Amino acid sequence: MALKDITLGQFFPGDTPLHRLDPRTKLLLVVLYIVALFLAKNALGYALLALALFSAILISKVGFKAVFKGLKAVLFIVIFTAFLNLFYTVGEGEPLLSFWVFHIYWEGIRTAFFMVLRIMMLISSTFLLTYTTSPIRLTDALEELLGGLKKLHVPVHELSMMMSIALRFIPTLIEETDKIMSAQKARGADFDSGNLIQKAKSLIPLLVPLFISAFRRADELAVAMECRCYHGGEGRTRMLVLRYALRDYVALALGFGLIAAVVGANFLGVF
Amino acid sequence: MPKPILKTENLTFSYPTEGGQPKVVLNGLDLEVEEGSFVAVLGHNGSGKSTLAKHMNAILLPAGGKVYVGGMDTSDEALLLDIRRTVGMVFQNPDNQIVANVVEEDCAFGPENLGVAPGEIRQLVDEALESVGMYHLREHAPHLLSGGQKQRIAIAGVLAMKPRCVVLDEPTAMLDPTGRKEVMETVKKLNAESGVTVVLITHHMDEAAQAQRVVVMADGKIVADGAPKEVFQRVEELKTVGLTVPETVELLYELRKEGLDLPLDALSVDECAQALSQLLT
Repeated sequence: MALKDITLGQFFPGDTPLHRLDPRTKLLLVVLYIVALFLAKNALGYALLALALFSAILISKVGFKAVFKGLKAVLFIVIFTAFLNLFYTVGEGEPLLSFWVFHIYWEGIRTAFFMVLRIMMLISSTFLLTYTTSPIRLTDALEELLGGLKKLHVPVHELSMMMSIALRFIPTLIEETDKIMSAQKARGADFDSGNLIQKAKSLIPLLVPLFISAFRRADELAVAMECRCYHGGEGRTRMLVLRYALRDYVALALGFGLIAAVVGANFLGVF
Repeated sequence: MPKPILKTENLTFSYPTEGGQPKVVLNGLDLEVEEGSFVAVLGHNGSGKSTLAKHMNAILLPAGGKVYVGGMDTSDEALLLDIRRTVGMVFQNPDNQIVANVVEEDCAFGPENLGVAPGEIRQLVDEALESVGMYHLREHAPHLLSGGQKQRIAIAGVLAMKPRCVVLDEPTAMLDPTGRKEVMETVKKLNAESGVTVVLITHHMDEAAQAQRVVVMADGKIVADGAPKEVFQRVEELKTVGLTVPETVELLYELRKEGLDLPLDALSVDECAQALSQLLT
């Protein structure tokens, strides 16, 4: 099991314009981008969006390889969606191809193609966000942006604290899992052979100690946090204050410009 | 005499057990720790030394008796934050006390909770990281550092709150010899240079020997209290409560039993060698 390959929340430190953007701006940009993706109706719109994504990846210098690696994880969903759209879209006129209960229309091909593009671009844009933003800053940004919900008694601070602690403990728990696996293997445990059910069963001696240790850690962490005067979000300040700079306004303007362009492209009616 | 920073009066504490008979962990403990001193609390497992530590910043509240921190009664809930910023705590497992995934952000956690202004936090964090010698690693991820380094970050995280006293509960128990040395040096420097009161809970004799005062605990009581040189001379007494003495003292003790005229107060290897060479010449 290649536990170390987990890319969830992975962050590539760097000093590009994309890294320097305020995390709130980046978060908003991703939201705007996703909205634009769902507004796009023709090839011109998608071309504009792809162009925007490609230039963002180029600016970020994380490399296309890293983004494609992220896409691999959702390959199954992409293929599944493509097939559903291909076979279940009923178009006007004669089907291009018919066999048994399946009929493929021209519209089906078109929808499937755009749907695949849409999912891939959506995933890539969110991956780009986590690749260029440190998890702590991202949770900070979430807390700031959702700050208004506090009035509705949504525990925004608590949620973002939980998220950042979870991210903090991913490497620690992965390390621990590796250790327990080695310890159990040394006692003769077998994690790799047998069918799916046997494999799942063999995970019990791994999961039980892992959970017990995680609870113990949580207990100790809670005491340590209390010792450092943690008492919830009230009256808490931050060392790193988020501040919008000129580049953030420029980036947001570009984001809205993109939406406008995509909507405009819809009226041009190409393809 | 200066006012003690920590003071316990007839402190008792017991855990409930399944059998119904509660287990007494602290049994009428009286202790005063002077401001600016370096005190080691020694005791074998189950002597109540960790429980005592947890009373020193109100994680546990006394079942009987009182605990005062800088004159504040720990059972007064309104003073909780003041008490905790006066006495900082460092625990055994560095992994379980680091909150953030960047060194400096973790260090800022305490001052952030206290509502310190952002610019000031920066300054506190930089000072704290410099005093433990971790400033150059401030942008690293803690999980990639060594145990000793992680424990020093934990100490820095406490120091950033500018405590008057730091209680360390077996801070070296999970570290390798290099890490232990790093942490002990940091702790000693902290006490000598910044005048922070240090209470070191430990079961390592050689660590306790570096303190100004050693308090030995057994069965929830203090059985010996004094300068390391005095305390470690009571070899037999220490052995009855399940503790050993530093190796140098052990050697001199065994030689004395054989009838040689040697002092028992040599704590460092050099002192021990000197005592032996004096006997031989």
